[in-house]
Amino acid sequence: MSYKFHQFQVVGRGLPTESDEHPKIYRMKLWATNEVRAKSKFWYFLRKLKKVKKSNGQMLAINEIFEKNPTTIKNYGIWLRYQSRTGYHNMYKEYRDTTLNGGIEQMYTEMASRHRVRHHCIQVIKTATIPAKLCKRESTKQFHNSKIKFPLVFKKVRPPTRKLKTTYKASRPNLFV
Amino acid sequence: MPFKRYVEVGRIALVNYGKDYGKLVVIVDVIDQNRALVDAPDMVRGQMNFKRLTLTDIKIDIKRVPNKKTLIAALEAADVKNKWESSSWGRKLIVQKKRASLNDFDRFKIMLAKIKKAGVVRQELAKLKKETTC
Repeated sequence: MSYKFHQFQVVGRGLPTESDEHPKIYRMKLWATNEVRAKSKFWYFLRKLKKVKKSNGQMLAINEIFEKNPTTIKNYGIWLRYQSRTGYHNMYKEYRDTTLNGGIEQMYTEMASRHRVRHHCIQVIKTATIPAKLCKRESTKQFHNSKIKFPLVFKKVRPPTRKLKTTYKASRPNLFV
Repeated sequence: MPFKRYVEVGRIALVNYGKDYGKLVVIVDVIDQNRALVDAPDMVRGQMNFKRLTLTDIKIDIKRVPNKKTLIAALEAADVKNKWESSSWGRKLIVQKKRASLNDFDRFKIMLAKIKKAGVVRQELAKLKKETTC
């Protein structure tokens, strides 16, 4: 499963000066498509929080963070701040996925589809793995059932490889299971 | 016509698209409406879209997300492999695979066998025809 958004841990600080030999080191976890973008985002956020810019700061470390347990299902809660056509809003969304990167990617695509918000207008404030009891959204809570059972209602038969795909078919497909 | 095959923990499904095409996998948990957590003895547990799965009639008795050992033991206990290979769907798939892997000599042998079979059938048909006309 390749994800578009990767999670990075970026560590940086302002450059040491005569008045401040050991400036404070700041660490941020953020999502970006690649390392270059991650570093840029880091300076963007740090500028808004502290009086430091890329020109008078230094990057100490940037590491990609990978999912610890990609084979277990978790409920992710994502707090985000996004810019709509009329202003900034905060939002809390929940997703069920095996990895945090997958959940974030679901969030970006859902924001784009439901609210027409492009990914550069979204800032992730906080993410957390939510235990099942504390989930707020019905759409995630409906899967918290150990005896879950449902039929697959519409079954479209696909050719097993894209090579065997044809534009025209002789008969209409049978969608019943 | 009610539904007979449900997505549930323990349902055996056949992968019909993608890298694991043709494999039998067990649905071990449901992620959301479109995806399931899926496991098989020879693959790492992973997620799969329902569009890539075709449900079968076989279902085994497991709890949500068992570890690999328990899963293999449950598959052995339910004798999934034999049930699948003796079902008509499973047999058809085996025959398809065999036909696809024939070499020229095998195809020659099949041609002779078909001719022989057709000859025997035609003899019996001639005998029956003779009985009805006379």
